[in-house]
Amino acid sequence: MNQTTDILVARGLRKSFGELEVLKGIDFSLRQGELVFVIGPSGSGKSTMLRCFNRLEEPTEGSVTIDGVNLMAPGVDINSMRRQIGMVFQQFNLYPHLSVSRNITLALRKVLKRSASQAEETAREMLEMVGLEEKADAYPGELSGGQQQRVAIARAVALEPKVMLFDEPTSALDPELVGSVLQVMRKLRDSGMTMVVVSHEMRFAREAAGRIVFMSDGEIIEEGTPDQIFENPSHRRTREFVAEISR
Amino acid sequence: MDLIVENFFNIEIMRQAFPLLLRGLGTSALLCLAVIPLGLIGGLVVALMARTHIRVLRFTVIALIDFFRAVPPLVLLIFIYSGLPFAGIQLSPFVAVCLGFLLNNSAYYAEIYRAGIESIGAGQMEAARSTGLNPLQSMIYVILPQATRNVLPDLLSNTVEVVKLTSIASVVALPELLYSADMARSISYNSSPIVLAAGIYLLILWPSVRLLSRLEHRVGH
Repeated sequence: MNQTTDILVARGLRKSFGELEVLKGIDFSLRQGELVFVIGPSGSGKSTMLRCFNRLEEPTEGSVTIDGVNLMAPGVDINSMRRQIGMVFQQFNLYPHLSVSRNITLALRKVLKRSASQAEETAREMLEMVGLEEKADAYPGELSGGQQQRVAIARAVALEPKVMLFDEPTSALDPELVGSVLQVMRKLRDSGMTMVVVSHEMRFAREAAGRIVFMSDGEIIEEGTPDQIFENPSHRRTREFVAEISR
Repeated sequence: MDLIVENFFNIEIMRQAFPLLLRGLGTSALLCLAVIPLGLIGGLVVALMARTHIRVLRFTVIALIDFFRAVPPLVLLIFIYSGLPFAGIQLSPFVAVCLGFLLNNSAYYAEIYRAGIESIGAGQMEAARSTGLNPLQSMIYVILPQATRNVLPDLLSNTVEVVKLTSIASVVALPELLYSADMARSISYNSSPIVLAAGIYLLILWPSVRLLSRLEHRVGH
């Protein structure tokens, strides 16, 4: 594996909440253009790991490097790093007081300092990508969950991030709305976006992921191709989990 | 009955006092224009400081909020105007009132802002920060617009209280509405100017209170 193509590298990542150690030394790396799926039982630390990758959660120990820049280094400009790390949340977290278009243009204007017309142009392109160009002037409250999540993806992608982190992007959605969100994620992968996805959508994982990471109890237990993990897991806990979810 | 009309509802006295009261009303309005923005801005700054991660600053700010909410505003005002000169600090009535109101109102407005900010879920701040907005930008563009909307009735209600409270400026001889009315009373040996002042307050504040109660009703649903 060539070091220069690793876009995200985590080393010895630990995170404790008081007495509770949620991450017990995570080593993880992500290559340019890769889609990695993180699976595991609830409470295994998947989301916490993802949130450490952009320091929404402050790791207790260890390092996270994005495209060669250590996020933990003193004096690092975390805001300029964060806009290179897109994040999509389970609860969408769109800004309810702003129109769809302004949800997307806010950071374009305030962080990337784009002009209003440039930012609106980008918002239009992004909404077209997620199939919601006609919703530019709608407010988040007027959209379905699936539409809101697609706008949230558009908002993150508009900043041209080097990595996209998805924290259970479809868990809050009604089943019939999941497909449209996965469709957008598939499109992103095909465009070469580097992605880490924490999700329970196993069918999508099999079909779309280049690599599956299985976490349990704050550790990465096993990783491999979807075939390896789902058909021929080598670790007992992975086997149990895979058996549990495929029932 | 005639005695009551003569002493409280004397139209002739009211007519004579009216120009004086009008000037007083002007001063009251000017005072409001100064102390309401001061309180709104001061309260916002205090509310934001109370959220800092710097523990010493946070505790100091919270202690000051409690202190100024507990001290009666009239006591505070008299202390500033009549007490501080003993320390060599002599303020004009207007500046003394502004300072007293800034300290008192900031504490009240800060508590309202704080409640508003806390009513916004953590996900909003996380979403904003994840796009690279810094803490201040996230506050200004994402959190505060929503927070302010959520506590708008409380902000307005407090503002009505502030308008009423400007009448305490009369104790430091600032010729606002109440002071002017009281002056007219002492010159005319008649209480009608006070009744007239009460009428003016009522005329101005009643629609605001009415509007507020409708607004509270709407937000409540």
